[in-house]
Amino acid sequence: MRKQDPARRIRNFDEVALGFDEDEAVSEAERCLQCPRPWCVRGCPVGVDIPGFIRAIRERRFEDGIRIIWEKNALPAVCGRVCPHEAQCEGLCALSRGCSRYLTEEGKARIDRFLSRSNLIHRRRRPVSIGALERFLADYAAANGIRPLRGESKKEGRVALVGSGPASLAAAGELSRMGYSVTVFEALHAPGGVLRYGIPGFRLPKEVVDREIKQLEEMGVCFRCDVVIGRTLTVEELLEDFDAVFIGSGAGTPGWMGIEGESLNGIYSANEFLTRVNLMEAHRFPETDTPISVGRRVATVGGGNVAMDAARTALRLGAEESIILYRRREEEMPARKEEIENAKEEGVRFELLVAPIRYIGDENGWVREVECIRMEPGEVDASGRARPVPVEGSEFRMEVDTVIVAIGQRPNPLIPMTTPGLELGRIGNIITDEDGRTSKEGVFAGGDIASGAATVILAMGAGIRAARAIGRYIEDRRKQRSDGKYVSKDTYTG
Amino acid sequence: MGGGHIYRIIEKERLSDEIVKIEVEAPLVASKAVSGQFVMIRLREGGERIPLTISGCDPERGTITIIFQEVGKTTLDLGRLKPGDSILNLAGPLGRPPELKRFGTVVCVGGGVGIAPVLFRARVLKELGNRIISIIGARSRDMLILKEEMEEVSDRLYVTTDDGSLGQKGFVTDPLRDVLSDEQVDLVVAIGPIGMMKAVSGVAAEFGVKTAVSLNPIMLDGTGMCGSCRVIVGGEVRFACVDGPEFDGGLVDFDALLLRNRRYLEEEEISLKRARGCESHEKAGSSKAYQELR
Repeated sequence: MRKQDPARRIRNFDEVALGFDEDEAVSEAERCLQCPRPWCVRGCPVGVDIPGFIRAIRERRFEDGIRIIWEKNALPAVCGRVCPHEAQCEGLCALSRGCSRYLTEEGKARIDRFLSRSNLIHRRRRPVSIGALERFLADYAAANGIRPLRGESKKEGRVALVGSGPASLAAAGELSRMGYSVTVFEALHAPGGVLRYGIPGFRLPKEVVDREIKQLEEMGVCFRCDVVIGRTLTVEELLEDFDAVFIGSGAGTPGWMGIEGESLNGIYSANEFLTRVNLMEAHRFPETDTPISVGRRVATVGGGNVAMDAARTALRLGAEESIILYRRREEEMPARKEEIENAKEEGVRFELLVAPIRYIGDENGWVREVECIRMEPGEVDASGRARPVPVEGSEFRMEVDTVIVAIGQRPNPLIPMTTPGLELGRIGNIITDEDGRTSKEGVFAGGDIASGAATVILAMGAGIRAARAIGRYIEDRRKQRSDGKYVSKDTYTG
Repeated sequence: MGGGHIYRIIEKERLSDEIVKIEVEAPLVASKAVSGQFVMIRLREGGERIPLTISGCDPERGTITIIFQEVGKTTLDLGRLKPGDSILNLAGPLGRPPELKRFGTVVCVGGGVGIAPVLFRARVLKELGNRIISIIGARSRDMLILKEEMEEVSDRLYVTTDDGSLGQKGFVTDPLRDVLSDEQVDLVVAIGPIGMMKAVSGVAAEFGVKTAVSLNPIMLDGTGMCGSCRVIVGGEVRFACVDGPEFDGGLVDFDALLLRNRRYLEEEEISLKRARGCESHEKAGSSKAYQELR
C-alpha cells in the first residue's frame, strides 16, 4: 500500500497509509485463492466472510462487498486500519503459509497439499492484504454514500451500553441490527473511547471514527456523552430503565513500574500523552487550550502498539530523538509489524533488551536522566516468550527530558467499585463467561474491562458475542413473563 | 454528536475580585453530588477539561453551585459567562464520596477559595450532629469569602488574614493550634492552598488528630484513565480522580504535588495572555493566585 513519505509525515498528523485505489484493490483481490475451506475466516475474531468480500472486489461489486463485511462487522473502516491482521486473517492466509508463525504444522501441511493439488504452490509468498481490502471497501462506501441498512424489524427491549469504545460500538451495531433500542453512555465529551483518545490520527483519522459513529446514529443508536456510569448514574439505576446493561468501560488507570522518580514532571503515562494530543488536540496549543510539553529527547517505555503510537507522536510534536526502551527482543514486541516498520522509517530508535530502573530529576522536579539496565533473554515464560533477565553490572544512564510509560493499564475501576454483586478478577477486571455474562443478572461486559488490556478487534468480538447473548437473554425473559409464571431452567434453555 | 445536554448558568455572583460563584443546571449531577466531589467541565470546542469542586447542590432545582477562582484561561473565561450562557460539557459528580457521619467535634479549615467547599462540608457535618469549629483565612479582608455563611454554620469561627486587615493577623494554623490544645477534636477538614493543607495536617498530627484534605492536581479526563492526577499518598501512587480527591493529609506528599502542579506554568502564562486579550497585556500573569503558584 502507498504511504506518506517518512520525512514529510513526521511533520503532520495525517494518515500514513494511503489506501488502495480501485484498480489496486482489484489486482490485490485477484491474488486470493478463494480456498474452499478458508483459513482466514477462522483467524477473524468476528468471523467476516473474507473470501466473499474479496470475490466481490474482484468482480467490482464494491457495494456487495461492503455489505458482506457489515453483516459481521459494524466498523470496517476502523478494523481495516488497526487490526493486527498479520496475527489473524492474514497470518492464516494460505499464501502466507511459508512465513506465518500463526499456523500449526498440521495446518501448513494441509495448505501445502491444497496448493500443490491446485498447482498454485508457486504463488506462496505473502498473504493477501485483507486489512487493506477491508479498508478500501469501507472508504469506498463512505465516498459513495453507501449506508448500512437499518434493522428491518423493531424489537421490544432497551439496552444500555457503558463506554463508547470498540466493544460497545460493535455491540451497538449488532443490537440495533437485531432491532433493539440502544443507548450508549460515554464519560468523556466525545464518543469513540480508545479510538478517539488513544489511537493517533496518523493511524486512524478522527474523521473515520466520526463517520462510523454517525453511521450507528443513523441506525438508531443514541449516544449520551458526559455521563459517567458509576457516578452520574449507577449500573443498578440503569437496570431500572433498561432490560440489559453491557459494560465496555475499557482500560483505566495506567500501570507504573513502581521505580524511583516515576512521578517526576516530564514523565507521562501513554494514556495521558496520547489523550492530550488525540482528544484534546494539544498539538494545536495555544489555538486549543490543553498544553503538552515534549522535550528534545523522548524515551518511550514498552513494546506494544501504544508505545509505537506514543514514540511516533513525540516526533510529530517536535522531539529531535524518540527512543523506544523495550526489555525483550524485537520479535517479541506485541506491536503490529507494520507499526514497528513505520516507526523505524520515521527514525524512532529502538533500544532493545533494556529496562529503566530509576529516573533522575533536577531541583524543579523535571526528569533529566533515566538509568537503565541491560537484559538478556532467559527461560521461556507463560506468554511463550523468553523472560528477560537483568544483566548484573550493566547499568547505564541516558539523558532524557520526556518519558512516556506505555506498559499497559488496569481495567477502569469506576464501575467495579460502585456496582455491588459483580464478581471481579485479580486485577479488578469484571469476570464473565464466554458470552460476556457477569455474575450480576442482566449485566454483561466485554473488552478491556473484562479481559485486561487487549486489542480493538478482540474487544469488538467480545462486544458482538455479548450482544447476541443479550438478545437471547431479553427474549428468554419475555417468554418467562408471557408464560406468567416461573419457568424452570430446563424448559427455557435452547 | 452525542451529549447535547445544556448546562446553563442560572445565577452568578462575584464574591471577591477573583472569586466567582455560579449556579449551573445539571439535574443528574445535582441528584447525586455530595460534599467532596467535583465536576469536569469544558467550556467550548478546543477548550481544556478542568476539575471544579462542587460547593453545593439543589436536587429539586436540578442545579449545582460552583465557586471558583480566576487563575487560568478557562476559569477566567468561565468568569466572563453570564446567567443564561451555558457550559459545553460538564460531567460528574466525580471522586470518591468522603465519609460523612457524626464524628463529634470537627474543625473545618478553609483557605482562599477553599472556604467554599469547606462551607458545604460544614453544613453537611452540622446536619449530621457534629460540633463545628471553623477557621477561615485569606490574604486580606477583601479576599475573604463567605464569612457570614461560615459564622452561621459554625459553633465557633476564627478568621485570619495575612495582613491583619480582618480577624487575627497570621495563618490559619495559629488558631488551629489553640483549638487543638484546648479541645477534644475528632477530625480536621482542610481545603485550600497546598501549603496550607500541608501545614494544617502537620499541626493536627502533632495532636494526634487526622486531617482530611482535598487535593487539586492537574487532571485531564478525570475518570480514572490517564494518570495525570497521580499523587503520592502513604508512599504509593494514587489517582486523585478515582481514589480521591480526599485523602488523609498525614499521608500525602504535598511537596511532590506542588512540583507536579507547576508542570505547565509557561503554557498557562501563554494561555492567560491570550485570554486577557491585547488591551491588558501587562496584567497577564499578575493574578495573585497565579503569582502564588509560581
